[in-house]
Amino acid sequence: MSDAMTGFELYQPTDVEQAVDLIGRYGSRGWILTGGYDSLDWFKDRVKAPQAVIDIQGVAELRGVRPTDGGGIEIGALTTLTEVTTSPTVRDRFRLLADAAGEVASPQIRNAGTLGGNLCQDTRCWYYRYGVDCYRAGGNTCYAAAPDAQNREHAIFGASRCVAVSPSDTAPALVALDAEMVVLGAGGERVIRAEDFFMEPAVDITRMTVLEPDELLVSVRIPSTWADAHFYFEKVADRNSWDFALASIAAAFKTDGVRVEDARIAFGAVQCTPRRMTRVEEWLRGRALTPEGVDAAAALASKGAQPLAYNEYKIPLVQNLVKRALRSV
Amino acid sequence: MSETDRPTTTVLLPESAGGWSRRDFIKGVIASTVTVSGVSYFGAGCASPLPAQTGGVERLVSLSVNGQTRRVDVAPNETLATTLRYKLGLTGTKIGCNRAECGACTVLIGDVNHYACSTLTHRVRDREITTVEGLESGDGTLHPVQQAFIDELGPQCGFCTPGQVMSAVALLRANPNPTRKEAQAAMSGNLCRCGAYDHYLNGVMRAAQEV
Repeated sequence: MSDAMTGFELYQPTDVEQAVDLIGRYGSRGWILTGGYDSLDWFKDRVKAPQAVIDIQGVAELRGVRPTDGGGIEIGALTTLTEVTTSPTVRDRFRLLADAAGEVASPQIRNAGTLGGNLCQDTRCWYYRYGVDCYRAGGNTCYAAAPDAQNREHAIFGASRCVAVSPSDTAPALVALDAEMVVLGAGGERVIRAEDFFMEPAVDITRMTVLEPDELLVSVRIPSTWADAHFYFEKVADRNSWDFALASIAAAFKTDGVRVEDARIAFGAVQCTPRRMTRVEEWLRGRALTPEGVDAAAALASKGAQPLAYNEYKIPLVQNLVKRALRSV
Repeated sequence: MSETDRPTTTVLLPESAGGWSRRDFIKGVIASTVTVSGVSYFGAGCASPLPAQTGGVERLVSLSVNGQTRRVDVAPNETLATTLRYKLGLTGTKIGCNRAECGACTVLIGDVNHYACSTLTHRVRDREITTVEGLESGDGTLHPVQQAFIDELGPQCGFCTPGQVMSAVALLRANPNPTRKEAQAAMSGNLCRCGAYDHYLNGVMRAAQEV
């Protein structure tokens, strides 16, 4: 039976204190289970074999969308992707995130998968998933950047030994919305900007986020800054359902009708972290969106790209997604 | 772990069972046989003993499946698909990819469709589970979705059908009058390697007129 996972102790805490206590007690020998669909794949493949699985699904206080004082919202990390994409508050004011959450995988996965899980998921690089001893797994080579490697899905920006990409659809949306991640650990709470939440491989190649092994992402706060802006989300994948992005764009624009007052553009699946297109944003500020301007912004978006053997197509893909986003304004 | 250590897994009588008919008895015998063979199958895969529990979940749990309460011994690392098929004898739920990708194992938890192959059974202790066996009414009348799938020649090989049925039922509970596009999106988590997607969609639209 292929779901012969290695044995583990299963804990089902019902409040945050219990959960954080268990997570702290087991540290890197523990595994936080939320939706669980990706976790169980790891266990069945026996690539991951934690001593304890801490199923936090029952922690009700980590679920739901609530308004915050400044006119923003706070979304509990255990809110399912279906709940995020159908939430009237999210849809009305931060549609970018609702659109992104609605593009994740398949209906069943959105029914189980949580916002926190989508943000903290591990990369899809299949060499790494296969369980090889690559850099990310603590070894000393990258199989995906080898001369004959199949790396159509991999990074065109910011690779540092590892060329894997951030697989999350909601991450670029939250970077574009200037969200903050609320993290709880034994040492207390800390709040991290979405942009700084994802780990550069140059800093720590074995982690996707800055979460320590004894920390838990408890909620995401979205400020009112970009509420009701003009939003554009598009995910390009090989299939319409159950697929990870080859590239995805999450953009927010404020205009006075003619000129762009401010813009935030973030990409998923082109770098190990969500990639914010800061240069494009700066260039756009105060400009009218002429056809020449759109082309110039698109060209800026792919500046600095370093494609691998099979992913050069991501360069025009990134440019065209920027063009489509700008033309939608 | 020897098989004699696992007798509780063969208990499949519902606690709420009233009088037993001959049909129920035969069903029970068939299910027991499946369960016993399933135990050795499952046991072989779990050759290494499970670590001692230290404050984790209780193994003996009550599950609410198709309106019946079933007592069953569940390992911490056991999936709902395994419990349903190999311990409760409910083999209508199929295991295809076993990786939350194909949808053959789709069941309802509450009114919502989930992949049973990738759901730990311990997560659904307090939830109402519905499998494809739980859809027909007491007199054997098929659920409108099942009947519509037959009328529209939905299944070819049939392996994905139980999952397709469950996703369609979940859709119609949430949205009794879906557009064809909405139905397409709602069914997109269920693969059909015969490619009978349009037939299934026709079935969903036909069923929507009847529920």
